[in-house]
Amino acid sequence: MIQPAKPELVTVNIDGKEVAVPKGTNVIEAARLVNIDVPHYCYHPKLSVAGNCRMCLIEMGMPAVDPATKAPVMDPATGKQKINWIPRPQIGCGTTVAPGLHVRTTSPMVKDAREGVMEFLLINHPLDCPICDQAGECKLQEQSTAYGRGYSRFVEEKNVKPKRTQLGPRVILDDERCILCSRCIRFSREIAKDDVLGFIDRGSYSTLTCFPGRQLENNYSLNTVDICPVGALTSADFRFKMRVWFLKQTNSIDTESSVGANTVVWSREGVIYRITPRRNDEVNDTWMADSGRVLYKQVRAENRLTAVKVNGADSGVDMAVHAAAELLKAGGVAIVGSGRSTVEEQWLTRQLANAAGRAPVSLVSRVAAGDGLLVSADRNPNVRGALVTGLVCALPSTQLTELGAAIDAGKVRTVLAVGEDLAAAGLSAAQLAKVEIIYLGTHANATSAVAKIVLPTLTVFEKAGTFVNQQFRLQKFAAAVPGPAGATPDTVLLARLAGALGATVPAELGALWAAMAAAVPALATVTYANLPETGLLLDATPFAALPFVEGASLHHQPAKA
Amino acid sequence: MPTETRIIFQHIDEPGYTNDLACYVRHGGYEVLRQAVTRKPADLIEEVKKSGLRGRGGAGFPCGVKWGLVDRKSGKPIYLIVNADESEPGTFKDRYIIHQDPHQLLEGTIISCFANNVKQAYIYIRGEMPHGARILERAIAEARAANLVGPNILGTGYSCEIYVHRGAGAYICGEETGLIESLEGKRANPRIKPPYFPAVLGLYQCPTIVNNVETLCHVKHIIQRGGEAYAKIGTPGNTGTRVFCVSGHVQRPGYYEFPCGSITLGQLLHEVCGGPLPGRKFKAVIPGGSSAKVLKFGERFKGKRKVGAELVDYDWGVEDVPMDFDSLAMIGSMGGSGGVIVMDDSVNMVEALANINAFYSHESCGQCTPCREGSLWMKKITTRMVHGQARAEDAALLKSVADQIPGRTICAFGEACSWPTQSFMAKFGDEFRAYPETKQAPRPAAAPTLI
Repeated sequence: MIQPAKPELVTVNIDGKEVAVPKGTNVIEAARLVNIDVPHYCYHPKLSVAGNCRMCLIEMGMPAVDPATKAPVMDPATGKQKINWIPRPQIGCGTTVAPGLHVRTTSPMVKDAREGVMEFLLINHPLDCPICDQAGECKLQEQSTAYGRGYSRFVEEKNVKPKRTQLGPRVILDDERCILCSRCIRFSREIAKDDVLGFIDRGSYSTLTCFPGRQLENNYSLNTVDICPVGALTSADFRFKMRVWFLKQTNSIDTESSVGANTVVWSREGVIYRITPRRNDEVNDTWMADSGRVLYKQVRAENRLTAVKVNGADSGVDMAVHAAAELLKAGGVAIVGSGRSTVEEQWLTRQLANAAGRAPVSLVSRVAAGDGLLVSADRNPNVRGALVTGLVCALPSTQLTELGAAIDAGKVRTVLAVGEDLAAAGLSAAQLAKVEIIYLGTHANATSAVAKIVLPTLTVFEKAGTFVNQQFRLQKFAAAVPGPAGATPDTVLLARLAGALGATVPAELGALWAAMAAAVPALATVTYANLPETGLLLDATPFAALPFVEGASLHHQPAKA
Repeated sequence: MPTETRIIFQHIDEPGYTNDLACYVRHGGYEVLRQAVTRKPADLIEEVKKSGLRGRGGAGFPCGVKWGLVDRKSGKPIYLIVNADESEPGTFKDRYIIHQDPHQLLEGTIISCFANNVKQAYIYIRGEMPHGARILERAIAEARAANLVGPNILGTGYSCEIYVHRGAGAYICGEETGLIESLEGKRANPRIKPPYFPAVLGLYQCPTIVNNVETLCHVKHIIQRGGEAYAKIGTPGNTGTRVFCVSGHVQRPGYYEFPCGSITLGQLLHEVCGGPLPGRKFKAVIPGGSSAKVLKFGERFKGKRKVGAELVDYDWGVEDVPMDFDSLAMIGSMGGSGGVIVMDDSVNMVEALANINAFYSHESCGQCTPCREGSLWMKKITTRMVHGQARAEDAALLKSVADQIPGRTICAFGEACSWPTQSFMAKFGDEFRAYPETKQAPRPAAAPTLI
């Protein structure tokens, strides 16, 4: 493993606690390391420092030295070096650590400053909390409770501003709630590279708006909703749908491309309401694309498969598995695996292929232009998982040409498709008619329509598992909601089919990982439980020669072939 | 009566004096530049340092020190910006220089550019002064034709361009980092310091000097006389002359130039400006532009001050305060921009503050919270008060709101907008507390009401 260069450390004193932090750290982050909260609104760790909210004001001082001799000046009362405290508060976000820096975050000066800023932020802020989507996850609400004065001295009329401006197709703005922190402006300019937001007017009448003739419509627009510290920016999809405190959070992975952005799935009573990004400084920072946030809609889609079918008739799982096993035992089997399957499913697919007389396995690739940020050219989340588990040893192509030729040549009698639509992958209706199809999948399509056996399975939101992203980072996700009645976990179906063919493979995640760790050298020390939430980098060198399709994106530079 | 010492305003209002190059040259113009370009730039900076010149824009920061802070090792170009955004209420000195003696400003600017190896200078002129901008454009064209601006100035091989940039009407553009943002084509939101000190990361992230119009004019006279000779004008630490812009309730308002500290506020108001209007008495005076803290006639200031090496007791009334930076700072106000605003006993202080608060709330850029919200809140309170909805507790509230602003903002506007309220409360608090019972003239409709 390559050891990252050790950063130079600087020792600072925060509220009496000594802490060594990397050079260049600001006071907010340094305080975080010793579990001290410095409240803030405009500061965001992944954006430039604006220093405008003034909530993070702290008191700071430096050890006194004699100007002439440079010798430390001691404080006779404490016997320690005297600290020269600056008589006015400084912003924590804009103050980088220096050796010996002393910070007070709870002194009367700081408390007074925070109370003042809180009061100022609230005077023109509407008392919308009962109908505001941000309630429950609102920094203004939280910090007014923690640091505010608890009552209002403001008896004037509040400023009136536009209440519902459609900034773009997915983002709606309430200007009265806006505290003018400029996070959304900086995000659009610095991260999305789509400079469309700005303030007009002056002073307390300043108003956030889109540039004339422009819209906030880039594929990252909803990140502005995430980072808005108040309820000014809301998601058109989520607003007024659900109170956030009712929602359960489940860690998940974005499946729209091989970037594997870390996400949180928010659900209540088996229904998903939204997906937001989860911070991973090595993968997606704190961002994700808008396109990945609507994927939960597939869970309750009209064409969801929920009935097991054999020869077009409803059936039980046991009968269907038995029928499928009979087909597989008969020989002439080809398997179409998936780059959307989890690592576990891909490994089981490999075991099944081996048990079915080393049946040939193909994969279907999905390639589209990458955006250089968090959607890569490879729109399958887990092609590398198929490589690591040995499901395939070459990169997939978009068309199943070889399989088609084999069908035409009469070499294939049965095709097992794991979640892939064979028609969409280039097999003609005539070719599909020549073979018996066993289809494991979540949604109805041209393949499920002609399959002899249909076994409904689970979406990524209904199961746990792992993916290997473009960096060869193994990342895990958990089940957010239960699957619909009639659907069976892919792992269970694959393990039962393999078992019917004489292989001994477990379906339960813990046992499955024990078996995989024993069988796959790259996964030797890994278990699902001990896999860090931020993922684990696997050795990519065995695959260095493969011509992966991804270009550069956030935190990923393709290896030079 | 004290007589004026006019250096900067020597030719202002002089009969027959015009603002064209020929007239300026007839009066010895650009001779100092001709001399200066034969000297070493470092010597010129040294002269300015020796002169003790303090900035005339408001803060009174020593000009030589400011030049000394400029990062000359970065390899980036150094810019000089002439701050002609004169907007501080009560101040009207720079506009006279620009209108009547623009070449004095240009000569001082080019000398300063030469001293600091500046190849490009900008005159940022207030948007409300279109006439001044036209005059400056013409003056620059004349100077260029005479090889005083542009390439290879006076055959020395030194080149310097000067551009005029008009603001769009915002007081905050007078704040140097706000000015720089505006000059870069952005909203004039002042920058956070650190890291954006203009001397290091100024215009286009290059080292930048921002000097007031009058300050740069002084540079010409410093180089002409020599730094040490110049330092003899005025008092130690407060060198040179100051242009005082006196407005309000005096017999002869106007602009008067005196050596710093050579006259007292009383002499300026009574002897130079002719005293109060008939039948009136002075009540209050703001000595350095509207953001300076107000002084109340009748109050006394006691303490010790340095005279030479000794500490000497002082016991001053408002009339006894010498008009210089340090004395005005000592009594809790400031020399600021030199705008002296006089109020007599006809003035209602609540109405006066309502006027000032209206200005600052309108001019706050809105970037940082305390100034943005505080300035408007104070304005809403004082506006409501003068519209017949005053409450007894408003005085205490005003003070409390004002106290939450200074020292917590990105730029000095926080101080500028809160000092008036703080000082009005400290000195005229009784008038605010009694205001709810005061009989007032009826106000027009649409007055704000308590909710």
